[in-house]
Amino acid sequence: MNVWLIMLVTGLITYGIRLSMIVLYGKQEMPLRLQQALRFVPPAVLSAIISPEILLPGGNLNASLENPRLVAGVLAAFVAWRTKNVFLTIVIGMSTLLILQNLFR
Amino acid sequence: MENKQPPFIPARVEFLSGIKAELPLLIGVVPFGMIYGVLALTAGIPPAAAQAMSAIVFAGSSQFVLAQLIAVGVPGLVLIMTAGVVNLRHALYSASVAPFLKQLKPLWKWLLAYLLTDEAYAVSITHYAEEGAQSGVGNKHWFFLGAGLALWSSWQLSTALGIFLGTQVPESWSLDFTLALTFIALVVPGLKDRPTTAAALAAGICAVWFAGLPYKLGLVAAAMVGIVVGMILEVRQ
Repeated sequence: MNVWLIMLVTGLITYGIRLSMIVLYGKQEMPLRLQQALRFVPPAVLSAIISPEILLPGGNLNASLENPRLVAGVLAAFVAWRTKNVFLTIVIGMSTLLILQNLFR
Repeated sequence: MENKQPPFIPARVEFLSGIKAELPLLIGVVPFGMIYGVLALTAGIPPAAAQAMSAIVFAGSSQFVLAQLIAVGVPGLVLIMTAGVVNLRHALYSASVAPFLKQLKPLWKWLLAYLLTDEAYAVSITHYAEEGAQSGVGNKHWFFLGAGLALWSSWQLSTALGIFLGTQVPESWSLDFTLALTFIALVVPGLKDRPTTAAALAAGICAVWFAGLPYKLGLVAAAMVGIVVGMILEVRQ
């Protein structure tokens, strides 16, 4: 299939997904339970993206200290918790990863 | 003293604060956009198409998946399905911002839906949640627009940079890790109570456990488990 066609269809689907609930809202009352559930969307979705990135480097589970991404990720989480500073979190996490990667090479 | 109306904030001020709130995230997003550009070229996607994808699809993780799968030569229909599943989480974002956008004109809704990315969503929903903003009152949609446009322009520029630099960005720089770090910076400060923390932990564990599921279904499944765990704990309290 043509790359442009794939891209257009994917773009349309993505836009449709993003628009879906925004336009549907108000047409029908949203159940209370669903409204409560929405509070957990950011932590659940973002954690589900993060954890494979740090625990499955190269597709294999590595939960040991020899996994630089895990060490850098945990340190970054600590920085994020103490400082709430996005810039610092990224810079410290990234420096840790690069230092560890070069040490273990 | 009984005045419960939130203070009036002009549109321009909201717009600029939206841009400002998005700025720190760009440190993570720009390298990620560059890698996408490099990856797309390596996958054999023509530069013009690679750049257009950042505007048409405008969703980092699914663009990554598309480029990787195109490189392996996966059939088109499977590609589209997989990218669609990766983007299913945006339905959750959509539902989450919907109450705050309900008063807006359709044009605004269509525009903000286009700009509804992980990063723009994260800062905007935090802003909406501040001081119990009543649904659809005030100028907070301008904040969303500012955050969304800041992300959009840097995504386009960083894609272009990646395409331009091509393979000069070595893999050993591990620039892809900036995405995980950006999300860590967004999630951790929000873990203020047990239900939220449990939701994050459950989703994180399940995402690793479900990683082998086809079409990247593991992400959505893990997020669903996290949401359910959070709700169960909240009901118990």
